[in-house]
Amino acid sequence: MCGIVGLFLKDKALEPKLGAMLSEMLVSLSDRGPDSAGIAIYGAPTGNEAKITVQSPKPERDFRGLDVDLAKAVGAPVSVAVKSTHAVIRTTPEKVDTAREALQSLRPDIRIMGAGEAVEIYKEVGLPEAVVERFGVRSMTGTHGIGHTRMATESAVTTMGAHPFSTGADQCLVHNGSLSNHNNVRRELVREGMTFETENDTEVAAAYLSNRMAHGKNLGEALEDTLSDLDGFFTFVVGTKNGFGVVRDPIACKPAVMAETDQYVAFGSEYRALTKLPGIDNARVWEPEPATVYFWEH
Amino acid sequence: MPATTMPKAQREQGHARVFDLGQQSLRELNQALHQLTPGSNETAWEVLNPKGSHSVAVGVDQPISVDVRGSVGYYCAGMNDGAAITVHGSAGPGVGENMMSGQIVVKGDASQYAGATGRGGLLVIEGNASSRCGISMKGIDIVVHGNIGHMSAFMAQSGNLVVLGDAGDALGDSIYEARLFVRGKVESLGADCIAKEMRPEHIELLQGLLDRAGVTGVKPSEFKRYGSARTLYNFNIDNADAY
Repeated sequence: MCGIVGLFLKDKALEPKLGAMLSEMLVSLSDRGPDSAGIAIYGAPTGNEAKITVQSPKPERDFRGLDVDLAKAVGAPVSVAVKSTHAVIRTTPEKVDTAREALQSLRPDIRIMGAGEAVEIYKEVGLPEAVVERFGVRSMTGTHGIGHTRMATESAVTTMGAHPFSTGADQCLVHNGSLSNHNNVRRELVREGMTFETENDTEVAAAYLSNRMAHGKNLGEALEDTLSDLDGFFTFVVGTKNGFGVVRDPIACKPAVMAETDQYVAFGSEYRALTKLPGIDNARVWEPEPATVYFWEH
Repeated sequence: MPATTMPKAQREQGHARVFDLGQQSLRELNQALHQLTPGSNETAWEVLNPKGSHSVAVGVDQPISVDVRGSVGYYCAGMNDGAAITVHGSAGPGVGENMMSGQIVVKGDASQYAGATGRGGLLVIEGNASSRCGISMKGIDIVVHGNIGHMSAFMAQSGNLVVLGDAGDALGDSIYEARLFVRGKVESLGADCIAKEMRPEHIELLQGLLDRAGVTGVKPSEFKRYGSARTLYNFNIDNADAY
């Protein structure tokens, strides 16, 4: 099953409430997937700072002194903000790749959830309520975000198998469905130099989009390509630094509802997820068409 | 239940018994509906704050009216047998699934497989219905004021599907004896579904359906009829190589 949500704000006045609104949406879909949950939140990029969200199975050991060790390794200031099993590492944008490499030798057990100028990603095994509580998602501000609660079908119930999947700077994706040609597509992408963390089908979809965008396509064009190259059931909700997109496969058996007002565009697997949004009673509410790409950019 | 012992939210309001899903559980609502017996005086019900809840008013088997004030989730009014249920909002997947008799009206849109496997009664969608509307219908009448999505009336066995707008891809794929009337454009017909002539008896039937669904200003002659070519009914020896 799985439940997915997305929220793209048009009204800046709502930005301080993004974390709270998105958390509410995700928690309302808890019974669509009890295995694990995750949220990606996009904050406004400052232009001179990059963020890497990391996760550790032993956060006390791995995050202690990480700022000092990493600053020495990259030769630039580094800050580390710990949130439970995750930490957000901040440094200068040009040092991100060096920092990622240094992490592998400094803290080999650390896994990278995502990186970019805007995105922070938090995901863990457990119910949405436990996950948003653990990472303090409700108090987070931002411009847009996506979330997922998982009922696992294609790979193990682990932190790394939880959504969102991020395979490019400030890019991430959540998926309801299952892909049937993900092994083939993964092989093709590996040949093109992409790397994978899991055996998960959704990670392949995320990497596919990253690859398309790396070849110069915009989010809408990349989503359009999934319709011919990915086989299986999918409703995807995707975030980029300044954009938000939705696409459903041509059969469209995975549910989807969207709502738009002057203040926001919202996505939910079910209408239930949207009922607490401001002005929902007067919003334009519709079911996205099969094989049709929807996307918005700031 | 005597009025004095009723929970506050379940109070009588006018003649209708009001049930507020903001305060009471869905299970309490459905249990109260299922406990109704023939001849009950509680013939009018109103459900407030459904907020996308699943399975609102499923399995009602008495001739009562239920007005649901807002949008509902999966399977609203499923298995309805004799009630008149109105959703003053939109409905999620499977509205009116396996209806036996009675009437369901959705004032907004309906999601996938509206009226699936329905055996009787009338389902009216005043907005659009999405994919698989009337899939495997077995006697239900469905009237959609707007458009319907792809794979609608797939394996439809009997009953009537009336669409005032357009139909999506593969309409009536593998259809048996259901009748499909579409006023607008049909994106494509499914296997063994063909356009058929509108004879006087079909005009009469369609006029009756439009009347029952409260549709005015639309003439039966504006519709085209589709149904089974009946070529899949029996094994054709010429196709043996395909197996």
